[in-house]
Amino acid sequence: MSPVDPINGTARRVPTWAVYILCLLPVPWLLYQGQTGGLGREPIKALEHALGEIALQLLIIGLCITPLRRFLGVNFMKFRRTFGMLAFIYVFLHLLVWLFLDVGIVSQIWTDIVKRPYITVGMVAFALMLPLAATSNNWSVRRLGPTWRTLHRLTYVVAFLGGLHFLLLTRGIQLEPILYMGAILGLLALRRVPKRSRVAA
Amino acid sequence: MAYRWKNTLTENDVTPEGVYMNRRQLMAGVAGLGLVGMTGAAQAQGDVLEPSAWDDITGYNNFYEFGTGKEDPARNAHMLTTEPWSVQIDGMVDRPGAYAFEDIMAQMSIEERIYRFRCVEAWSMVIPWNGFELRDLLEMAGVQSGGKYVAFETLLRPEEMPGVSSPVLDWPYVEGLRMDEAVHPLTIMATGIYGKDIPNQNGAPLRLVVPWKYGFKSIKSIVRITVMDEQPLTSWNKSNPREYGFYSNVNPNVDHRRWSQATERVVGGGLFSKRQPTLMFNGYEDEVAGLYEGMDLVKFN
Repeated sequence: MSPVDPINGTARRVPTWAVYILCLLPVPWLLYQGQTGGLGREPIKALEHALGEIALQLLIIGLCITPLRRFLGVNFMKFRRTFGMLAFIYVFLHLLVWLFLDVGIVSQIWTDIVKRPYITVGMVAFALMLPLAATSNNWSVRRLGPTWRTLHRLTYVVAFLGGLHFLLLTRGIQLEPILYMGAILGLLALRRVPKRSRVAA
Repeated sequence: MAYRWKNTLTENDVTPEGVYMNRRQLMAGVAGLGLVGMTGAAQAQGDVLEPSAWDDITGYNNFYEFGTGKEDPARNAHMLTTEPWSVQIDGMVDRPGAYAFEDIMAQMSIEERIYRFRCVEAWSMVIPWNGFELRDLLEMAGVQSGGKYVAFETLLRPEEMPGVSSPVLDWPYVEGLRMDEAVHPLTIMATGIYGKDIPNQNGAPLRLVVPWKYGFKSIKSIVRITVMDEQPLTSWNKSNPREYGFYSNVNPNVDHRRWSQATERVVGGGLFSKRQPTLMFNGYEDEVAGLYEGMDLVKFN
């Protein structure tokens, strides 16, 4: 019995819907705070930023799943798609807040997408998530076969663009976006670690 | 320019703060049901301006000497000692020296000026200032004929200003105006808001207010005013000349390098407030456009 067995056993018993519910709890909480002054005197920006940061955190959690299994034997594979979908939901909400609460002016939306590099990067990342979200179901996995795995490597690009989006929008040199980008690049680098060929004992 | 700027609004037009706050709470209650978004201030030039709430004006500030967060100044500015206070007026003036705040106030006539306030970060408020025209203060010191610019400096007192330990800007904060901007009747030194003494986070005991320029030009807690014959250095221009020009006039057609300046959001409108169009010279085009005749406003941003 390995030390990670109890962890893996517990993970097997936790249903994915419980993870969905737990990770979506911040949404009503943030909306409530925004309405009651808990997000400060400019709640739109605060809500937008909070949703974006949660999306980045979920993408980072999703990127941890494979290295956890590979290097530590911890198996959370059944939640990988869950975290991907949750990240997509938060990016989508972040986009909705930007579109309808923050900008709210159609002509300015398009100008911003074309003219502001950080928004262009964010929109590209969202667009790349669409096919991933659409195929995050068992039927698609079966139907696409090996193509599915190749397609879902787009996650790496999405995470990188998300980190870049955050880096580009802050004023001056701030620590937080650098930490996020560091985590993302580190997790991507782990995937470059060569697989050891099995040596017969 | 020999005319006095006339406020078209009187004391009677300022909603007493108490009434104003009650109405806001009522509105906030309705907004809380998700039915309406509170609308902000004036939509166009000539509309009656609705002053922002005291809590918004004094609770959402940029005053980096007290921290870079919007709520930091309100939290930390109580540390600032504002009495005694004196302003060093020097350079090309007939009567240079340290002018005590009380002596200045004894000679100035305080008026109310309800002005739009537009931050470079694309948010705005309407603030009922109390203060006097800068021109009157300059006349008190006697500007000499060669004086072409006026430089201003904010207090630098690290033991009372937790924000200056970070090198966000090159302290002390400095600003400047061209002489014709400085003596323009719209340019005031503010000493109060809503008829009360100006709170520390808003630049006590006296600050500049130049309503047609982005907020960072309206330098706070002034300790020195220098009349000079060359364009003075200004803090944000030193820190990032591509993003913050010396003039920094509010202009919806000249974007900040990273965001549009075409629209703004009035602070205090809650989750469903809408952006409104930014006005040329922040709505003071009729009064100030003449100052920049023949100047390329993109080049001299």
